[in-house]
Amino acid sequence: MQWETVIGLEVHVQLATKTKIFSGSSTAFGAEPNTQASAVDLALPGTLPVANEEAFRFATMFGLAVNAEIGKRSVFERKNYFYPDLPKGYQTTQLAEPIVGAGFVDLELEGGRTKRVRIHHAHLEEDAGKSLHEDFAGMSGIDLNRAGTPLIEVVTEPDMRSAEEAVAFAKKLHSIVTSLEICDGEMSQGSMRFDVNISVRPKGTEKLGTRTETKNLNSFKFMEEAIELEVERQIDVLEDGGKITQETRLYNGDTKKARSMRSKEDSNDYRYFPCPDLLPVILDDEYIESVRKQMPELPEAKRARFVEQYGLSSYDAGQITMDKFSAAFFEASTKISNEPKLTANWIMADLGAYLNRTEQRIDHSPVTPELLAGLVVRIKDGTLSSKIAKQVFEAIANGEGDADTIIETKGLKQVSDTGALEKIIDDIIAANTAQVEGYRAAAEDKRAKMLGFFVGQAMKASKGQANPQALNELLVKKLNG
Amino acid sequence: MHQFTIAELVKGLRNKDFSSTEVTQHYLERIARLDKTYNSYITVTPELALAQAKAADRRLADGNQPALCGVPIAHKDIFCTTGVRTSCGSKMLDNFIAPYNATIVDNYLDSGVVMLGKTNMDEFAMGSSNETSYYGPVKNPWAIDCVPGGSSGGSAAAVAAHLAPAATASDTGGSIRQPAALCGLTGIKPTYGRVSRWGMIAFASSLDQAGILSRTAEDAAILLNDMASYDAKDSTCVERDVPDYTADLNKPLNGLRIGVPKEYFGEGLNPQTAAHVESAIKVYESLGATIHSVSLPHTHLAVPAYYVIAPAECSANLSRFDGVRYGHRCENPKDLNDLYMRSRSEGFGAEVKRRILVGTYALSAGYYDAYYSKAQKIRRLIKQDFVDAFQNVDVIIGPTSPSPAFQFGSKTKDPVAMYLEDIYTIATNLAGLPGLSIPCGLVDNKPVGLQLIGNFFAESQLLNAAHQFQQATNFHQQTAPNID
Repeated sequence: MQWETVIGLEVHVQLATKTKIFSGSSTAFGAEPNTQASAVDLALPGTLPVANEEAFRFATMFGLAVNAEIGKRSVFERKNYFYPDLPKGYQTTQLAEPIVGAGFVDLELEGGRTKRVRIHHAHLEEDAGKSLHEDFAGMSGIDLNRAGTPLIEVVTEPDMRSAEEAVAFAKKLHSIVTSLEICDGEMSQGSMRFDVNISVRPKGTEKLGTRTETKNLNSFKFMEEAIELEVERQIDVLEDGGKITQETRLYNGDTKKARSMRSKEDSNDYRYFPCPDLLPVILDDEYIESVRKQMPELPEAKRARFVEQYGLSSYDAGQITMDKFSAAFFEASTKISNEPKLTANWIMADLGAYLNRTEQRIDHSPVTPELLAGLVVRIKDGTLSSKIAKQVFEAIANGEGDADTIIETKGLKQVSDTGALEKIIDDIIAANTAQVEGYRAAAEDKRAKMLGFFVGQAMKASKGQANPQALNELLVKKLNG
Repeated sequence: MHQFTIAELVKGLRNKDFSSTEVTQHYLERIARLDKTYNSYITVTPELALAQAKAADRRLADGNQPALCGVPIAHKDIFCTTGVRTSCGSKMLDNFIAPYNATIVDNYLDSGVVMLGKTNMDEFAMGSSNETSYYGPVKNPWAIDCVPGGSSGGSAAAVAAHLAPAATASDTGGSIRQPAALCGLTGIKPTYGRVSRWGMIAFASSLDQAGILSRTAEDAAILLNDMASYDAKDSTCVERDVPDYTADLNKPLNGLRIGVPKEYFGEGLNPQTAAHVESAIKVYESLGATIHSVSLPHTHLAVPAYYVIAPAECSANLSRFDGVRYGHRCENPKDLNDLYMRSRSEGFGAEVKRRILVGTYALSAGYYDAYYSKAQKIRRLIKQDFVDAFQNVDVIIGPTSPSPAFQFGSKTKDPVAMYLEDIYTIATNLAGLPGLSIPCGLVDNKPVGLQLIGNFFAESQLLNAAHQFQQATNFHQQTAPNID
């Protein structure tokens, strides 16, 4: 039987507000445990929450970016359950009246295919703290630094049909929230966490199969792996005549295995009710418009602008604008070099590979936009061959200085000077009489292939610095006699 | 010295007739000598009080001090106080010392008010008799075998026994007004949002409001001036100027339209209490007010709606007491569930557990619409009843509680009988309106309270009406027998 995969996502996006959603504590990552937890975050008795305006502004930006209706009236509710890292015994969240209503995101997939994923809604809520199960013989430690960090939980419709689409959506969402600067996008620090709802059904049928939810995936790679594994598992179960149990699952990226965490029967009754400590928040059109005006350029708009302004291909512009830091790097570098296409190629190829290899972020790259521009300029004006340029790039990355300094100190300047090239060619012709005879005796159409030998020799003699075009022309001229 | 009202203390301190240290010392001495009988304080803070009094005396010497500078009062043990235990009447918080002050505590500190100590109360303010306190029941100074009312029973008994000239209190369903009635005091619960709830341990957040127990309406006005403030730390606090509540005290009542709700005089009201309330209405008539019959048709639904909404909110508000971060923690928990179950089973008393259970049930899947949603609808109807009534009258008058103070244990076995103690006060909290109780007579030598309910933020008008009544009568000057 042919199966169809149906995927819906719930994405927790940590908002990059300066302070927590209901208290004045800092939201910075990585502080000593419990040093960023105030009386409110600790849920000491008598303390009260005050909603953070910045969180509303960020959520509104997000809503506008995903073409959603903004909730004019949004209401916080209490979601009740006991857990040691949930200090109040309830999470303050939104249910019936969320800040962001229905919207959509359009994806561009490989092969030029497009796909619209509908957003069901997105709501504001507070994050919980962390339970630390190591280091406390027989006990757990609780760190409440994260407790009260604002989140938006983005809930999609079950519109995705493959791991590829789900990952493309996740990447697009990442690109939107980082471009808006409402989330730092640091997946490894939990700034974006994905819960994936997966079911399968016989191809061509309408009725949704029983779904499972795989929780807390914090990398695109794990997400892809987890989906593929779960889809395979469900199909195996169904093809063996079994039934899917509605359950929550956990995927372990290290062991590449998943396990059931709890079934639906064990699930909590959260007893939601409106939080009496927080009044409904009313956002009027004026507010929403003022937020719209403050919004940074979105990836989609930026991409169109890059095609228009810099003449990049749509694909290249899409790649460069996927991440706001790459886009900013590109613009800064191009401004100096005035060479958009070459710059884009270098960012996507050599720089990208280098940063990947060394696990560095482009906004912290040792090869700065200025340094790359210096290199690109020297390629364009013929000083560097593309081969030598790679060598110079490595040297720049190693901190040996800018392109001009490196060309100077290493003597890497491309040899285009006809006199110097002629000398090299004459020496080669003199030293390889047999090959020269062969070349001259060969038919016109065979000669091109034989030319390679002489080019190779000349390049070697010039230590790679010969300008390939000039060398070629001169060689042909000399060989033809 | 303990005969003085707050107004008289303010005057005496300003005139240097006595110092704050002298007044404070006098009260501390009385508490040490007499409170064994009443159990009105959970914690007395003599050293802190004397230090505050000394500081107040310096400010008094310098002049230009705020009106209340040097006046000692007691705080209900529901208000957090930096460095002084705040137990909320519960074993759960027997070891809890807050690192912050409630906003109202800070407001009074800024004014140079001296804190004598923290008063007894029903556990987490859940009760109408002060019998649910972990620290034992409070005795009514008027009748030692009777309850002082609750939940602010300690504050009421302390003021009635002259162990404090006035005390702060809180009112979720009648917890200021009912003890005021049972102990012969003036008690005001301001409009919801008038006084900050920051640092006041929550029972039912949408109903809780801090207020005052004092001997006179004038004292309540003076104290409310400093208690009320806009506080950005409480999102439900209303940003609105605080008027001088003493400014209108002496306004004549000519033309004041008083509404008498017929629903407040039905079955369950002690006939002698009713007679005193009716006499009080006559007093108002003689003062120039006009009396109008009004109807609050949903009154009979107030108690049932309240006993869904308040427990629902409390069930969530009290979830933080889990033994993890502070408060009572059971010995040697086996695992997480054991930690939760034993810490909470041991830390909470029976009435608190009952309300958590009721609230949890009312919010559960499948019951939410039948209970919580319906109760919220009733709440809106009750509020509308008042809005309609206030179209035609300025103040609504009736009994504060159905009968005078009752004997210990007489209602503890029957929670519904206990809940009906607040039958006339609860609707005010559901609507968010200000309410006030003043003494209007004695039945079997026990005080009877007259309740005045005002429109939103009409505290000045309520205090004016109460003060004028007290100018014309002397019920408020009667003190409990055996108080020297």
